[in-house]
Amino acid sequence: MLRAFRRTHEFRLLIVTLLLVVGLSLASPRFLTLQNALDLLTSYSFSGMMAAGLLVVLISGGIDISFTAIASVAQYVAMVLAIRWHGEWLMLMALALGIGTLLGIVNGTLISLLGISSIIVSIAMLNVYFGLLMFLSHGNQLYNLPDWFLNAFSWVVYTDKDQNPYVLNGQIIGLFVCFLLSWLLLGRTSTGRQIFALGGNGEAAARMGFNPFRLRLIVYGYMGFVAGLGSLAQGQLAQSIAPNVLVGRELDVLAAVVLGGASLNGGQGSVLGMILGVALLAIMQNGLILLGVSSYWIEFFDGAVILLAVSTISWERRRQRAATRRVIAGAAS
Amino acid sequence: MSGTSLPGRRAGPLGLLRVSPTNRGLLLLLALLVALFGVLVGAPLFTAGSLRSMALQVPQLGLLSLAMMVALLSGGLDLSIIAVADFSAIVSGWLLTTWAPSHGAFAFVPQIGCLCVGLLVATAIGLLNGMVIAYLDVSPILTTLGTMTMIKGLSIGLTHGGVISGFPPLVLFLGNASVAGIPVALIVLLLTALPVAVMLNRSPFGNLVAMIGSNEPAVRYSGVDTRRVLVRIYMLSGFLAGLAGVIMMARFNSANAAYGESFLLVTVLAAVLGGVDPMGGFGKVSGLLIALAILQLISTAFNLLGFSEFLTLTIWGATLVAVAGVTLLRRQLVFLLGLRSNARPPASRRSP
Repeated sequence: MLRAFRRTHEFRLLIVTLLLVVGLSLASPRFLTLQNALDLLTSYSFSGMMAAGLLVVLISGGIDISFTAIASVAQYVAMVLAIRWHGEWLMLMALALGIGTLLGIVNGTLISLLGISSIIVSIAMLNVYFGLLMFLSHGNQLYNLPDWFLNAFSWVVYTDKDQNPYVLNGQIIGLFVCFLLSWLLLGRTSTGRQIFALGGNGEAAARMGFNPFRLRLIVYGYMGFVAGLGSLAQGQLAQSIAPNVLVGRELDVLAAVVLGGASLNGGQGSVLGMILGVALLAIMQNGLILLGVSSYWIEFFDGAVILLAVSTISWERRRQRAATRRVIAGAAS
Repeated sequence: MSGTSLPGRRAGPLGLLRVSPTNRGLLLLLALLVALFGVLVGAPLFTAGSLRSMALQVPQLGLLSLAMMVALLSGGLDLSIIAVADFSAIVSGWLLTTWAPSHGAFAFVPQIGCLCVGLLVATAIGLLNGMVIAYLDVSPILTTLGTMTMIKGLSIGLTHGGVISGFPPLVLFLGNASVAGIPVALIVLLLTALPVAVMLNRSPFGNLVAMIGSNEPAVRYSGVDTRRVLVRIYMLSGFLAGLAGVIMMARFNSANAAYGESFLLVTVLAAVLGGVDPMGGFGKVSGLLIALAILQLISTAFNLLGFSEFLTLTIWGATLVAVAGVTLLRRQLVFLLGLRSNARPPASRRSP
């Protein structure tokens, strides 16, 4: 089993990440500290949660880039309604998750019914959701957020001798909940196997009797659900809710998931790879800042890493395909 | 959502005058919208001022959409166009402000040279995209996602997010002047769209692009070096993006790493609304131009009606979904009634 793992994309990603961690620990004493780890997890929680949802969509053979708009709508509308109806966390969560799931299901329905590619539908719906939200909110940030929202889900687990508190917060918990949900959905349910089948060969999956429509509703609904959850984590972290801070980050998340080995053709990808993809980009950005690289240059390095990664992944896939062909040819002769 | 015949297959000069079914639908939609907004907005929509403002806004989005369309036709996508446009504007803007003489009898010669350097840089980035896509076999979305991030990072790193401005009169001429009442920027768009239309819809190269978009392996097995064609596709896309960068620079009278970012997804909308099949293979430049007119009409009319620009985004997105829905319904009806033997069954092409 270990030998099989050694040949996977995840293994190489793990090695690169570990090398990066070792190098950065040697270069900067501040890198390998519990505090930095918690900070990293907290600040990348939104991206990580979105990546967990997007992974499922990519495996199903689709793509969704409207999730930032869904998250913005869920966050904003849920908060407005929760304040108006004097609700608390329970109502806020129910509203945000409900709105997110609903908008996701709208996406899934349109993609199934219209029969045009999911990237086009999600681009259109991104504009629809985001435009409506900006129109109705006039682009105004929500002020006077209630205290129960601002001061929640934050536990000091440990205080060191210099009185520095180490905080476990809702963002980190939400991040791991999303990772766990995606892992359970993909690896531990029959629906998950059907999602892989749909992405690998949609026609074959349909002939097998799987219902592509139902699967797409689940996949895009799940993406919306995760977007709703992530939007609350992000809003609470930022301590503010504005309609226009999330849209524009969708392609960064896509890059992280693809870095983790998910294929845009569907049927390929794993939760471990996705986590490593997110972690690699996060650690690299964090490391560059700790090393004193001007933050103006971070995006350039991001792009270089993405380009390098997708090139190696594709080169590796081509080699694998060639090896498979050799095996088939050998068996035939 | 696509024309039914292969581009370039039409015989005779009359083919130029024939209107494809997609374009007929789009023209109908355009006419309906003109009538609708004509009633809702009234005379202000048709004043010289608002026509002129429409003509000034279309060229940037138009050139960018052309760049996107080239990639879409080949079955790909070019996410890097905005980053390339901004970068090429920054390069030529930097050259213009630091190197080129701003006054003198023949000052426009080096100034045009600066703009050409910007276009060259844009084409070179297109070359990089094409090489990675063709020779490393990386999917276009991912390649251009990488170059988009990298090139934008380069722009931000070099300018620190700042603005380059203070351009010579030549640039202002491109951005604001008119010749015979037609804005120069619009003339640039039309002068670009025409050769691109000929190249894409009526030349052997265009045929290859469309065939690659329909079935790349088949084209390769029939003895075409598809890799070279792919490289040229993305070089053309980069060049067009660079041209959009020049126009954007001229319109805003400045260059910046983040101009026009919201255009990226809108260019896909425009191209697909204009009948370009997002799976590749089908699409005409004329359709794209009509779609641009539709989008701009909606935007200007909403502006005059006092709606926010964001509602325009919503309507643009909804228009695309609605057009897709109508296309599907019509196809379904045709299929059910069996009116045409060559009708495609509804939703025969599953979304990937």
